[in-house]
Amino acid sequence: MEQWFPKIPIADWVDTFVNWLTVHLAVAFDGITTFLQSIVDGMVIGFGYIPSYIFMILLTLLAWKVSNKGIALFTLIGLFLIANLGYWEPMLETLALVLTAVIISIVLGIPLGIWASQKQMVKQIASPILDFMQTMPAFVYLIPAIFFFNIGVVPGVVASVIFAMPPTIRLTILGIQQVPADIIEATEAFGSTTIQRLLKVQLPLAMPTIMAGINQSIMLALSMVVIASMVGAPGLGADVYRAVTQIQIGKGFEAGLSIVVIAIILDRVTQNIGKNNKQGGNAL
Amino acid sequence: MDSKKISVRNVTKIFGKSKKALQLLQEGEPKQSILKKTGATVGVNQATFDVEAGEIFVIMGLSGSGKSTLVRMLNRLIDPTDGEVLIDGIDIVKMKKEMLRDVRRQKISMVFQKFALLPHRTVLENTEYGLEVQGVPKETRIEKAMTALKLVGLEGYEFQFPKQLSGGMQQRVGLARALANDADILLMDEAFSALDPLIRKDMQDELLELQSNMKKTIVFITHDLDEALRIGDRIALMKDGSIVQIGTPEEILMNPSNDYVERFVEDVDLSKVLTAGHVMKRAEAVSVEKGPRVALQMMKDLGISSIYVVDRKKQLLGAITASDAKEAMDRNKGIIDILQAGVSTVTPDTLLTDLFEKVSIATIPVAVVDHKQRLNGILVRGAVIGALAGNNDSINHFEQAQVETAVDQEDKEVKSHGTMVPQNPNS
Ligand SMILES: Nc1ncnc2c1ncn2[C@@H]1O[C@H](COP(=O)(O)OP(=O)(O)OP(=O)(O)O)[C@@H](O)[C@H]1O
Ligand SMILES: [Mg+2]
Repeated sequence: MEQWFPKIPIADWVDTFVNWLTVHLAVAFDGITTFLQSIVDGMVIGFGYIPSYIFMILLTLLAWKVSNKGIALFTLIGLFLIANLGYWEPMLETLALVLTAVIISIVLGIPLGIWASQKQMVKQIASPILDFMQTMPAFVYLIPAIFFFNIGVVPGVVASVIFAMPPTIRLTILGIQQVPADIIEATEAFGSTTIQRLLKVQLPLAMPTIMAGINQSIMLALSMVVIASMVGAPGLGADVYRAVTQIQIGKGFEAGLSIVVIAIILDRVTQNIGKNNKQGGNAL
Repeated sequence: MDSKKISVRNVTKIFGKSKKALQLLQEGEPKQSILKKTGATVGVNQATFDVEAGEIFVIMGLSGSGKSTLVRMLNRLIDPTDGEVLIDGIDIVKMKKEMLRDVRRQKISMVFQKFALLPHRTVLENTEYGLEVQGVPKETRIEKAMTALKLVGLEGYEFQFPKQLSGGMQQRVGLARALANDADILLMDEAFSALDPLIRKDMQDELLELQSNMKKTIVFITHDLDEALRIGDRIALMKDGSIVQIGTPEEILMNPSNDYVERFVEDVDLSKVLTAGHVMKRAEAVSVEKGPRVALQMMKDLGISSIYVVDRKKQLLGAITASDAKEAMDRNKGIIDILQAGVSTVTPDTLLTDLFEKVSIATIPVAVVDHKQRLNGILVRGAVIGALAGNNDSINHFEQAQVETAVDQEDKEVKSHGTMVPQNPNS
């Protein structure tokens, strides 16, 4: 094939582009790095101040409040197991990484989703980009992430955000566009402004769907922790990664189990926050 | 400007590529062939009509005839392709967004077929919505919303959520929400179509009652002729996006302007069109200051066993029976002593469908009285049933009862058309 059509030099283009970015946007990248690093560090330090047993009790109570006794019990036993196995510190680091990625996904994703829900154009442009973000293998953008953000937790956060943000954006769009047309028509007929329609009608009605998106983002961010550890992010992922490279099956299982426990706790708790919102509508 | 609240001038809506289609339409091309030639759908075709302040204007037509599209152009939820919509003399089609918003906030409210309530808000919060977006202070807004809820009979439900209410109650909330911001114009798109028949009739009654106090200008969409006849002051009939006839219910029934209207009108349920005034018989009554002897003589002459008693102004006081009159005569008592008050009455404009029950349980013919309690006539069971069976003789052309002169004319028309729905004597 190369015989009659020269190879398109996409690889060269990307390299050139990345180099250009690294040189010209160095200041911006440094700023982002410092910012993200301090958020994650702040969380790790903050969590670290809390004695592990108090942390366990607080999370258990939270699980009880938003969902049910069973999940609260699971939380308590699960966290105890993690501490017992000696993965408490890495677990806190993982939690900080995941929460940072999720918070950024929410802060960027919801406004983007709202924007795309209002403008068909934006949605049409965003759709393929979102597909790209989710399907391009994460390893591929780990490499430029190291270029831009050095080694450590920050490229891990960035990679997690890229991978985890799409569901929040998508389900924000979906939730808003799912509001029945006749309800939108009614708000128009009473002379609402765009902002009033959004804040008073569309967002409240989209909330359960948006919460489902956030829940998915959390799960995806968690699924990234091992990959993030490859660029130097500390935490449970790093333990798994180390165990894999050193073929320590038992250790790898322990660290992996800890990730599963955290995943289940975060999933059930955030799932029920969404549901509670819905029921609040009925019961009040 | 004139007293017209709403003036619609040549309004057209074409869905899809409109330029070519509009031209064809103005050249008189029918909807179907425009769809074939251009792929564009004609929603509304050059509609022109006026709605007077304070009237209920019904727009009726089969599914797909363009009713919803037309009514949505009155507050520009749908932008007309062509034409003018004047609200209080001002064309809203050319209006800027902000001004249009003010018109929607202050002049026009809307009630929707599927209620379109906000499920996350209480009944009260739903009712407040229109005021809330205007920035009315919380207290004023609650006060107005509560007044509106009281009007539609939903006091006590203000903290419920819509899905806790029945369909009829939900639509009351929809109505209260529309009433709360005091707009002059109420647009109602099949507002009662989603309700079951009994509730629907209640809501129609209630709307009429509210309207008698409020005097809003109401544009009411329906595909149900019975409903249109019941509540409409005037009715516009639509077909394929065009208005084919506009007139009072009587005009539409008696003078269907074409086959389409005629077919629509054909199977009208007479019980929902005919009123007590149409079927009542002349009432023989005895004046209260007469003696029982006179009363008894009248009953004998007429061959009846009871008779109504009126005062000097013809106001109904009650009834007496022949046997009571005889006894009173023997004992030298007056009519007033044997009078049975509290007889069952209806008004001349009561629809037949609403008076069956009274007529069937009454022991003496039900009295028809006007708003001043004057006796207009009586309802004889046979005549009521006869009228329903389509028996022309059972229906008054008002020769016997005291009637306005205009009726003669009416009669001729009635006869020539074979249907007989004379003007209501009160109207
Ligand atoms: N958004 C739209 N896009 C394209 N065509 C439309 C649109 N809305 C309505 N139409 C078409 O316009 C015509 C009139 O529709 P409209 O909804 O006004 O009818 P309707 O009289 O209200 O009917 P129904 O009794 O079913 O509510 C129909 O042929 C319909 O298919
Ligand atoms: Mg419709």
